[in-house]
Amino acid sequence: MTFKRVAAASVAALMVGSPVMADLVFPSLSYRTGPFAAGGIPYADGFADYFTMLNERDGGIGGVAVSVPECETAYNTEKGVECYESTKGMGALAYNPLSTGITYQLIPKATADDIPLYTPGYGRTSAANGNVFSHVFNFPANYWNGASAAINHVLELNGGDLKGKKIVLLHFNGAYGKEPIPTLTKLGEKHGYDLTTIPIDYPGQEQKAQWLQIRREKPDYVLFWGWGVMNQVAIQEAANIRYPMDQFIGVWWSGAEHDVKPAGDKATGYKAMTFHGVGSDYPVFGDLQKYVVDAGKAAGDGSNVGTVIYNRGVYAAMMLAEAAKKAQEIHGVADITSAQMRDGLEQLEITNARMAELGMEGFGPEFKVSCANHGGPGAIAIQQWDAAAGKWSLISDFGASDMEVIQPLIDADSAAYAAENNIEPQCN
Amino acid sequence: MFYREAGDFKTSYRDDNQTFPIRLDRAGYWIALFVAFCVIPFFVNDYWVNSIFAPFFIYAIAALGLNILTGYAGQVSLGTGGFMAVGAYACYKLMVAFPDVSIVFHVLIAGGITAAVGVAFGLPSLRIKGFYLAVATLAAQFFLVWLFNKVAWFYNYSASGQINAPERSVLGVVVTGPNTEAWAKYMICLVFLVVLAWVARNLTRGMTGRKWMGIRDMDIAAEIIGVNPLMAKMSAFAVSSFFVGVAGALFFAVYLGAAEAGESFGITKSFLVLFMIIIGGLGSIFGSFAGAAFMVLMPVILKNLLVGTLGWPTEIAAELEFIIVGGLIVIFLILEPHGLAQLWRLTKEKLRLWPFPH
Repeated sequence: MTFKRVAAASVAALMVGSPVMADLVFPSLSYRTGPFAAGGIPYADGFADYFTMLNERDGGIGGVAVSVPECETAYNTEKGVECYESTKGMGALAYNPLSTGITYQLIPKATADDIPLYTPGYGRTSAANGNVFSHVFNFPANYWNGASAAINHVLELNGGDLKGKKIVLLHFNGAYGKEPIPTLTKLGEKHGYDLTTIPIDYPGQEQKAQWLQIRREKPDYVLFWGWGVMNQVAIQEAANIRYPMDQFIGVWWSGAEHDVKPAGDKATGYKAMTFHGVGSDYPVFGDLQKYVVDAGKAAGDGSNVGTVIYNRGVYAAMMLAEAAKKAQEIHGVADITSAQMRDGLEQLEITNARMAELGMEGFGPEFKVSCANHGGPGAIAIQQWDAAAGKWSLISDFGASDMEVIQPLIDADSAAYAAENNIEPQCN
Repeated sequence: MFYREAGDFKTSYRDDNQTFPIRLDRAGYWIALFVAFCVIPFFVNDYWVNSIFAPFFIYAIAALGLNILTGYAGQVSLGTGGFMAVGAYACYKLMVAFPDVSIVFHVLIAGGITAAVGVAFGLPSLRIKGFYLAVATLAAQFFLVWLFNKVAWFYNYSASGQINAPERSVLGVVVTGPNTEAWAKYMICLVFLVVLAWVARNLTRGMTGRKWMGIRDMDIAAEIIGVNPLMAKMSAFAVSSFFVGVAGALFFAVYLGAAEAGESFGITKSFLVLFMIIIGGLGSIFGSFAGAAFMVLMPVILKNLLVGTLGWPTEIAAELEFIIVGGLIVIFLILEPHGLAQLWRLTKEKLRLWPFPH
């Protein structure tokens, strides 16, 4: 009998998991395994390392230590739900699941639990409408900004005229890859290009059919919404059919070092969008090296510092840290709750002066979040790969996107969501 | 000594044929039901429901469904994920089109629609068997997922192809959407599971089930003694798909709340449910439960043990999970090819004789 009781108790203990005692909790729903791990690992490292640096250098945020409990999702929505449920009891302040599928899952749940979701550069695009999505923030840029920025870049290359041009959208056949389709369709009506969408099914290690179609159709430009192992395969296939690399433009999730390196020299000229700076020539990376990597406290092996996706993890963590600071300021308490964190995100203001203080001058744009606008400025630059130098370089400024086309789409999509779920507008 | 039928006299055929002929079993069954219905709902929280009970109950329904088709009627199917998708998308379209109708009817109608689709894809089973049928159902899997990705009408033209479950209630209690109470989510899944398991048990021990088993064991012999293979096979496909459709509808509407065809209902889902019934035991109701419990609980327990208790890095734990679960599956199948159900059956046999082994 006693054995049974002990067994039952230990099983119960195993199933609930053990809580982490800390004050500011930012769970990292990471994926270090599976076909998307190539991007998941550096992102999770950057995210964790930035908070570690704050703990080591500044003693946390506003004097309160930060903890980043990790939970492995493998990019799988069911595991994502399990991770969300198992970490939310720790006092989670915000979630950044790095998966559009999991984000869709969590939008209603987190809103009901009063925990904000921060999905920079991914997730549900129409969540930029803060009026409907009170707890979701996707600044500084979203997929529709990205789609428009890519078209703007192409417009620039063609002297502002795209009539009769053929553009192919090669995309992951899932929530993430389908996001840009409405915008690209609308922009096609406006600019007169011809859009073809070619889906790649999970996990995308085999893309011969897709590239055969591209070879047949001879599009003028290929836009690419891929993630994980499908990026490397697509770039390799493009090289194999000798598709001109400078006409092949990836979204920011398809433009990391590990995506282009396998194709070697042939990848030179490949372009990708980005909403933040590239490289490690920012003072913050010196601090990361000094306080985290050299101190042996890095989440990974430290080799990713300064790579594209790592930087994005750092950028996301920085935003959350700034929002937490803002929340502490607004509410006058150091130990904030998730509801207060939401207020902090909503009133966040990033200025160039602040970026300079953080050692990230010029890393990202200046902007101000408001109740109605959770989407930020949507400023996007184009980066290009140089295989010989082994690095990305920005070839354009952070340019605005065509909000004339995007805003009505955002309004329509969020209105549909509001109607389906009986949501009252939160801002007056 | 503890577990035996001595002194447990039956005076009617009805008593003799009951599902749990041994008094201790019967008591255990009623106690389990009592605990499930009257004790657990008062203690569950979001974590237990969303990570353990809801997936366990829903996968158990799916496993029951596949077990009827594969375990009882002997028709191999790799289309479970696709059929779950049919249930999920049917349920979504119904929920959006008829918001005032109770979700229970939506789930049942979604099951009915899946049954019709299942019968259509089951037609090849009249001509082909075994591996060939597996390939035909595999085609169903790929076709259905492709269909739900391709035709925007199924996801109401949403930008990302995701479907989201709106808030719906049963008798005034919200059971879908984010504001669902943990106990409500638990109860709706439990009620469906208990009712469907009861139906499955009674179907399989009656004439329908005997026809299925006849077809499974030797179809020509069954035909000679008067079993109509068309009716037997089609009814197996219909009933099985109904169960799987209900599981898919609950999976989307109650458990996940949002789904997309490729990610939630891919081929991996078909394999997962197939593994459940193989590990649990083909042709056994208990096996469906045991297999679902094993495949749902094992990863969660291992994760909490390795990451939560031992504090290992998440990626090592995740990789080890695969190794351990995979290893356990192999070990179980080597030790007992007929699954956990057979293991349980043998234990009971031993217990009945204990302490006199002969």
